[in-house]
Amino acid sequence: MESIAWLLHLIPKYDTLPELWRALIPIVVSCVLFFALLCLIVLFLVWLERKISAHIQDRLGPMYVGGWHGWAQTIADSLKLLLKEDIVPDSTDKLLFKMAPFIVFLGAFAAYVVVPFGISSFVTDLNIGILYVVALGSLSVIGIIMAGWASNNKYSLYGGMRAAAQIISYEIPAAIALMTVIIQVGSLSMVDIVNAQKGGIHHWFLFRNPFTFLAFFIYFIASLAEVNRTPFDIPEAESELVAGFHTEYSGMRFAFFFLAEYANMLLVTSVATTLFLGGWTQILPGPTQIIPGPILFFLKAFAIIFVQMWLRWSVPRLRVDQLMYLSWKVLLPISFVLVLGAGWMAVR
Amino acid sequence: MEAEYSGEIMTLSMGPQHPSTHGVLRLELKTDGEIVADAIPHIGYLHRCFEKHAENVEYPGVVPFVDRMDYCAAMNMELGYVLAIEKLLGIQINNRVRCLRIIMAELDRIASHLIAAGTYGNDIGSFTPFMWCFRDRETILDFFEETCGARLLYNYNWVGGLMHDVKPGFEKRVIEFVDYFEPQVDNLNKLLSDNYIFIRRTANVGILTPETAISYGVTGPNLRGSGVQFDVRRNEAYLGYEEFEFDVPVGKGEYGPVGSCWDRYMVRIREVRESCKIIRQAVAKLTPGDVHESIPKRVKPPAGEIYMRTECPRGELGYYIVSDGSTKPYRIKVKSPCFTVMSAFREASKGTMIADIIAILGSFDIVLGEIDR
Repeated sequence: MESIAWLLHLIPKYDTLPELWRALIPIVVSCVLFFALLCLIVLFLVWLERKISAHIQDRLGPMYVGGWHGWAQTIADSLKLLLKEDIVPDSTDKLLFKMAPFIVFLGAFAAYVVVPFGISSFVTDLNIGILYVVALGSLSVIGIIMAGWASNNKYSLYGGMRAAAQIISYEIPAAIALMTVIIQVGSLSMVDIVNAQKGGIHHWFLFRNPFTFLAFFIYFIASLAEVNRTPFDIPEAESELVAGFHTEYSGMRFAFFFLAEYANMLLVTSVATTLFLGGWTQILPGPTQIIPGPILFFLKAFAIIFVQMWLRWSVPRLRVDQLMYLSWKVLLPISFVLVLGAGWMAVR
Repeated sequence: MEAEYSGEIMTLSMGPQHPSTHGVLRLELKTDGEIVADAIPHIGYLHRCFEKHAENVEYPGVVPFVDRMDYCAAMNMELGYVLAIEKLLGIQINNRVRCLRIIMAELDRIASHLIAAGTYGNDIGSFTPFMWCFRDRETILDFFEETCGARLLYNYNWVGGLMHDVKPGFEKRVIEFVDYFEPQVDNLNKLLSDNYIFIRRTANVGILTPETAISYGVTGPNLRGSGVQFDVRRNEAYLGYEEFEFDVPVGKGEYGPVGSCWDRYMVRIREVRESCKIIRQAVAKLTPGDVHESIPKRVKPPAGEIYMRTECPRGELGYYIVSDGSTKPYRIKVKSPCFTVMSAFREASKGTMIADIIAILGSFDIVLGEIDR
């Protein structure tokens, strides 16, 4: 945000604007810029998923739209979805039905304001940064339950209820796994957490000590469940619940759910990158930053996203009771032990 | 279990339009949360009056109707019918027709089991096995296409012979395919069959004990999945199957009780290997000959009746044909394997969860075209 404020400073007569405006304009501009950038990345992720799934399944995937390997396919798809007729079924709870996709979308995108993509590439540095991200993660649950309830469809209701149970159960081990890092750093601010990992790969929390190393995998598994990815995709289990909570949605509203899903994917990988893989910091030890920070950040994030996609197209789906078993009886006890261990490492 | 149901029971009508009911089946589920207290299958959405139609066409004309029963295994559907008519007429077929029929039937069995395994992976939530299976099935369909022009509904087995002889080089290409395909089965096992989550989802679900399976008249891979070694090809051989070396795989219950969904699935995977063995032997036995040699000018069986059963990919397929001495059948009744296994569905699915309902239904591998006819 500082750099944007500085750039705006170059506009003639900008300094003559009232104080309030000068405080608000950089925030609005940087939010819009981040939003646009994230939408582009999300569209790219959708394309990437289709290509990866296609190659895993021995086919080609999109090849025609836009020329080179169908790069414009998702742009065309989202345009099509935006232009489709906006259908709201008669028996739905209209207000909730219309609001739900936006709440899910909002929860997915609003969390990005605290994620530092580079040294100064972040909207704001909240001192409760990571807490804010975890809290906004719960916002999407409300949207999903609203969608499931308002659709007035039994499959949607099942999807909504499953999503609520799943996301709330997996948030606990995820948040506790994040605590291992917070204990080490002593700050909730995302910027502080990245700064604590400067100086090469051995300073990353992934390799700092055995407790944070295991915590990374706990967080990875729990975050898979939080964003409803296979093997934890039971809220939208296609073969059981048709499409789960978004069965009744079409057109633009469906597109919002769809984009929010990928935005959430990127969000959890961004959090994992920031907390465990050193964020935008360089890989090799040494004073110079060879690759620009934001590019390095997205390289790390995309490496995790690739594993997420790889898993999705390789493994089957768990059953509801097995999912709950994994969360409450396996991940949660392990994460408690890890927090104790990380605390011991910090005070030692 | 019954005493634990406390909440209100909700009726969930799964199907006839649902991605996992394998066609137009409707399951009336009585659910309490995720637990299913009762699952009642309703059939009949694909009823096309096959048996009545068959009474109004001449015997050879029934073959295309037969194709449309189990559209995933049309070659095997035709085979049972033409064998029944040939038995009624007392026609002897030559060795070439016999071997080609076996090759086609076994290729079709592989294609059908590939659909079963692939869609089962999809039911459990893994989409990649589906695409891998359909890729290999494609080659088999190419063989059928080059031989008879059709990829799904062949009308290839005729009374007394075959529609066409195979194209030159067919034998070599079939063996090449089998050589390529057998390692692919191992790949599928690595991806799906031995996957920990897949085993956890299927190995303790939908148990059909041998006694239950027999008492409901379950046949085919579903019966063998329950550990009963019965295969019409072996126990009541037709078409000279007794000359072929092959095993009849049964469910052994490696990961839980015998007769679980995993056992039924695995029997199909093992049967695919046995089909490959049979194809190799049948190609070796193939001798030159005329496939039109014994096709009768006019099919007019003497008055009488016949029951012929064959092993189609989904189980024991029986044709009961009554002839009144005219050129049209007086009555054709089909004993359908999928219909009998659906009767055991309610028994297998009591007290399971919604996800298990899909797993059980997928492991039965039903085709609605054959249930409803």
